[in-house]
Amino acid sequence: MDDVSFDVYDGEIFGLIGPNGAGKTTTMECVEGLRTPDHGRISVLDLDPFRDTYKLQDRIGVQLQEAQLQKRIKVKEAVHLWASLYNKKTSEGDRLLEQLGLADKRNSWFMTLSGGQKQRLFIVLALINDPEVVFLDELTTGLDPQSRRAIWELVRGIRERGKTVFLTTHLMEEAERLCDRVAIIEHGRIIDMDTPERLIRRYCPERTVVLAAADPTAEARFRSMPGVEEVAAHDGLITIRGSGEHLVTEVIQCLSENRIHVTDFRTILPNLEDVFLKVTGHSIRD
Amino acid sequence: MLRGLLKLTWVEIKIFFREPLGAIGTVVTPVLVFILFGWLGTHIVPERSLAAGPGLRIDVPVFAAVLIAINAVLSLVAIMAIYREGGILKRLRATPLRPQTILTAHVLVKLILTAATLTLALMAGKRYYPVGADVPLVGFGFALLISTWSILSIGFLISSIVPTARFAQPIGAVILYPMLVLSGLFFPLDGLPPALRALTRALPFTYSVSLLRGIWHGDSWAMHVGDVAALAIVFVICTALSAKVFRWE
Ligand SMILES: Nc1ncnc2c1ncn2[C@@H]1O[C@H](COP(=O)(O)OP(=O)(O)OP(=O)(O)O)[C@@H](O)[C@H]1O
Ligand SMILES: [Mg+2]
Repeated sequence: MDDVSFDVYDGEIFGLIGPNGAGKTTTMECVEGLRTPDHGRISVLDLDPFRDTYKLQDRIGVQLQEAQLQKRIKVKEAVHLWASLYNKKTSEGDRLLEQLGLADKRNSWFMTLSGGQKQRLFIVLALINDPEVVFLDELTTGLDPQSRRAIWELVRGIRERGKTVFLTTHLMEEAERLCDRVAIIEHGRIIDMDTPERLIRRYCPERTVVLAAADPTAEARFRSMPGVEEVAAHDGLITIRGSGEHLVTEVIQCLSENRIHVTDFRTILPNLEDVFLKVTGHSIRD
Repeated sequence: MLRGLLKLTWVEIKIFFREPLGAIGTVVTPVLVFILFGWLGTHIVPERSLAAGPGLRIDVPVFAAVLIAINAVLSLVAIMAIYREGGILKRLRATPLRPQTILTAHVLVKLILTAATLTLALMAGKRYYPVGADVPLVGFGFALLISTWSILSIGFLISSIVPTARFAQPIGAVILYPMLVLSGLFFPLDGLPPALRALTRALPFTYSVSLLRGIWHGDSWAMHVGDVAALAIVFVICTALSAKVFRWE
């Protein structure tokens, strides 16, 4: 890690995104007090993660990227153990199990759970002490779309109750929908940090309109419009690339002024994935 | 944190008994060995005691006791390695639990199992080893707990250095069993060359065997203060060392 510096504000969902091996987990574990940085300063809830480890652990909830529990521990035993470690009532754990759809697995051994069920159990354990800051390292890895959405709802719920969430993810869609702010990290350095919208505007101002028009003059008309950088026609579909917020309006205006008949029209907006591609020079999957 | 310690210990005991092989290895084997030796003693060797021969000097109860301790240690080493490899230790550490509480829970589990195994062995072996009024069972049990406690600290040291769970059991065995051979359990140490004599004095099993044997044969604790002190020193050194080198992941 090199010169990583950031603030996470009270009550926000903050995301760390970056390719495999970028240093997301390392950063997060330093903040959680599980790993000692060679140098630098960290403060969480006004506590030093190393000097006040136990005081801090009491107030945060942690979901680790690659954790396991004892193979033969029962789900409810794990939850009750955790509840007692934080001096919470066991009913709190039972409620969370219910909420995350694990109620019927209460008596199952950990080793018999599916990957997604294990993941959900770890989220239960991370939330059991009603933490002020929740750390979620790749929280939806291995979850089906349905559970993923349920977890997103849950995370938003955590924010609603005034808590802070610090998460890492590989899924740009997840970061975009969930995070108030994201930091892009690569090779142990933070490349940029902002709200997803602003990052997209900053790095990917281009807009694309794809429409289907039989009019043979259409292509030339689009080409002469201001702000248009590229027009391509293929199989009756015309793709117009340009930059600026006005591109879409101008295309629509051009269509109506020239009475061009269209049978299909859609706009493609850049997303975090495109931002990522641009700033790192490669896709997150590479 | 006492509540956390007790809760964790209890959960670990339950988990231990859910794994049939581990339970058999740690609890059943020593009991069977104990009974087998007793049976051999009564049916094969006419004198009813393996300790009778001049060359062989095994005290079966002491042997069984040390075996119980070794099994406990090997199982501790294996569990630590598996927990480390699986990230279980790391997950437990990301809670208000103190690291020493997590480790103490495992020591407690092993001590409780040791006590239970010893009790079982003695109950099962009653017909072969008629325990007279002169054998202080409670004292013997206490001596075994002290020995196990001390040897467990060697277990922690071993589990601090084993690279992966696969190596845990073999490395543990390779370190512990030779110590057992040189413990004075099987042959008197007086006849050994001076270099080996010195070595045996550095090995904790020598003191456990001396303590266990002495107490079994009715010695007073006062005669074995040295053994207990040596075991305590082993405990302190190993605990301090493993506190330095223990890896959580
Ligand atoms: N214990 C360790 N010792 C040495 N190097 C390590 C250790 N843990 C991680 N690394 C290295 O540090 C780098 C960052 O790892 P880290 O786990 O933080 O990545 P990550 O961003 O979380 O990746 P992923 O998306 O795969 O989870 C990697 O190159 C990894 O090889
Ligand atoms: Mg990671």
